[in-house]
Amino acid sequence: MAGQKTADTAETVHTLTLSKSINEGLRRALSDNEKVVLMGEDIGDLGGVFRVTDGLKAEFGPSRVIDTPLAEAGIIGTAVGLAYRGYRPVCEIQFDGFIYPGFDQIVAQVAKLHARTSGDVRMPITIRVPFGGGIGSVEHHSESPEAYFAHTAGLRVVSCSNPQDAYSMLRQAIASDDPVLFFEPKRRYWMKGEVNLEQTPERSLSSARVLTSGTDVTLVTYGPLVPTAMDVAAAAAEDGISVEVIDLRSLQPVDFDAVVASVRVTGRLVVTHEAQRFAGLGAEIAATITERCFEYLEAAPERVTGFDTPYPPAAFEDQFLPDLDRILDAVDRAMGRRNSLSDWRFDG
Amino acid sequence: MLLTHSGEYVQLLTPRGERVDAPGFDPWVADIGSAELRSLYEDMLISRRLDTEATALQRQGEIGLWPPLLGQEAAQVGSAHALRQSDFVFGSYRENAVAYCRGVDLTTMISVWRGNANAGWNPYDISMAAPAIIIGAQSLHAVGYAMGCNFDRSDDISIAYFGDGATSQGDVNEAMVFAASFSAPVIFFCQNNHYAISEPVGVQTTKPIADRAPGFGIPSIRVDGNDVLAVFAATAIAADRARSGNGPTYIEAVTYRMGPHTTSDDPTRYRPEAELEEWRAKDPLDRVKRYLINAGALDDAQLQEIDDHADEVAKDLRAAIRALPEPDPLSFFDTVFAEPNAHLARQRSQHAAYLAAFDGGER
Ligand SMILES: Cc1ncc(C[n+]2csc(CCOP(=O)(O)OP(=O)(O)O)c2C)c(N)n1
Repeated sequence: MAGQKTADTAETVHTLTLSKSINEGLRRALSDNEKVVLMGEDIGDLGGVFRVTDGLKAEFGPSRVIDTPLAEAGIIGTAVGLAYRGYRPVCEIQFDGFIYPGFDQIVAQVAKLHARTSGDVRMPITIRVPFGGGIGSVEHHSESPEAYFAHTAGLRVVSCSNPQDAYSMLRQAIASDDPVLFFEPKRRYWMKGEVNLEQTPERSLSSARVLTSGTDVTLVTYGPLVPTAMDVAAAAAEDGISVEVIDLRSLQPVDFDAVVASVRVTGRLVVTHEAQRFAGLGAEIAATITERCFEYLEAAPERVTGFDTPYPPAAFEDQFLPDLDRILDAVDRAMGRRNSLSDWRFDG
Repeated sequence: MLLTHSGEYVQLLTPRGERVDAPGFDPWVADIGSAELRSLYEDMLISRRLDTEATALQRQGEIGLWPPLLGQEAAQVGSAHALRQSDFVFGSYRENAVAYCRGVDLTTMISVWRGNANAGWNPYDISMAAPAIIIGAQSLHAVGYAMGCNFDRSDDISIAYFGDGATSQGDVNEAMVFAASFSAPVIFFCQNNHYAISEPVGVQTTKPIADRAPGFGIPSIRVDGNDVLAVFAATAIAADRARSGNGPTYIEAVTYRMGPHTTSDDPTRYRPEAELEEWRAKDPLDRVKRYLINAGALDDAQLQEIDDHADEVAKDLRAAIRALPEPDPLSFFDTVFAEPNAHLARQRSQHAAYLAAFDGGER
């Protein structure tokens, strides 16, 4: 077992990076169930471009950890056939922007076969996607395509935000009889945290988690922006604003009950994600919370998101990505503190 | 022995019903005596009757749509008979004769065309996947399944059926890449019926379709798709190659869709009448019948018996359609996910409450 043990903890608790915890989750899934196979480009000897599958081919062999031809529709489509045969494929898409050639197989085949066959055929396929920006990369390497998939009936969509969740949620995703899009926040791959490798997950894959409780504003996010949201809560506290941060974890289905419960207390909602705003997750959450909590709301829900532009070249990404200040601004607006952006609301 | 070169095709039974020698292929049909050939003929005739009956039912408003396979009976029946029941079939919407040969329950098959279900049969009951309407998608599924057969060290194989139009799709080409790389025990079975809705095959390719596979490292056979014996032999050869660890084979069955693409199509807009006449003369059923009659292996009584059986099947089909119960109006919510989904459950119960607000729950 790689990863160093921390003092005063049980044998099974290790301090791991998020990428290493996914690696451990895959290793565990491969050894627990011989029907689990990994498929993807460069996942074998190289261990993936992020080294997430490092060492797994050497340990489990080339028919469990499969270097595929360079064809995304091929990866997903053959996974469908393997699932028909009783396998539980875990596909790696190398980068977010490369999932589109496999889109048809995901939305028309993987997502629908259970419904199309009235439940006779199961598609326990996990599709891992490193997503999001912040690593200074070139075109097609920093996208947040989760809304396309959350919009598709039959897919579960999740995103982890810390090493323990990454490990547990991945194992839950692989164990699920439904297909799961598993979005990994690539700029947090090197973030460390304690991971209990034996811990049975304390919550279901579809439940959100309240990370800090607060009474003034509910701040909803997922994946790469979770640490940023925690910083926002700390900064807001200095201003005397009590922010409750919710890590959504599951984007389809969304644990609306958790958000509703929080907004009933705070009366204010801010949603933040890296993905473009238009028809994104934030729109869905704002609309649903408005429907379900209208009489509790003290202010209109706020969204802090990427812009409705293609993900820009690296020189601009600090502007594109929601950061502490932009989110704090939205928290202020929700609190009724007018600021430069408030006026945009009332510009007729 | 496989014909991977351009142009020719394998034929064992001429349109006039004469048996011709095809060295290399003959041994694969050595077991097919008169009785077996009669039963192949019977399945082809029943497939044709299914088409006639389903088309009539569509005209009478009992079903919404039907994709006839008129003219492709030999390609489908011949290939289906060369498989084992444990082999897995991945087809499109037109492989209804294959499904029939694998023992599909006609009620479930027809429920799809009535609009009561999406995919009909349980794939595991007849080892045949849900039909694919997205052109070519199933070819990748067949390859993945075959990879699984390899991983399992089983000698089961899979077969992907697709049309000439599908050969242009990325999925079909990616499927060949994967199949060759992993030496997957899969048969690519292209029914070149000369049209993709209205587009003649020349729009998809300017070469014989079978020529494409060798470039992927997959040997191919070009076979007379209206000759049930030749199709059987080619499929048996491909199946044997796959089972014995030699990987994929590509078959182009040269045939012709004598009917419309579906009951909504009007082939007179794009298809010359003379071309149809030319292919009528190559009818896949006639040549078997002639051969058997000339060989003294099919008499009037037997013909009558086969006809009666086809009538029976058609009658059952009609009755099955009429007997189909209306589906539970809320059931379309139920199988989206395998595991409970709180969001969808909430939507379902809201809609149930809405429906229940009408008198007796009926709108
Ligand atoms: C991806 C996709 N594009 C378009 C269609 C519409 N469509 C349905 S059948 C068909 C023609 C298919 O021709 P071919 O593959 O030769 O099969 P055939 O119907 O002749 O058996 C088309 C264009 C579709 N179903 N899927």
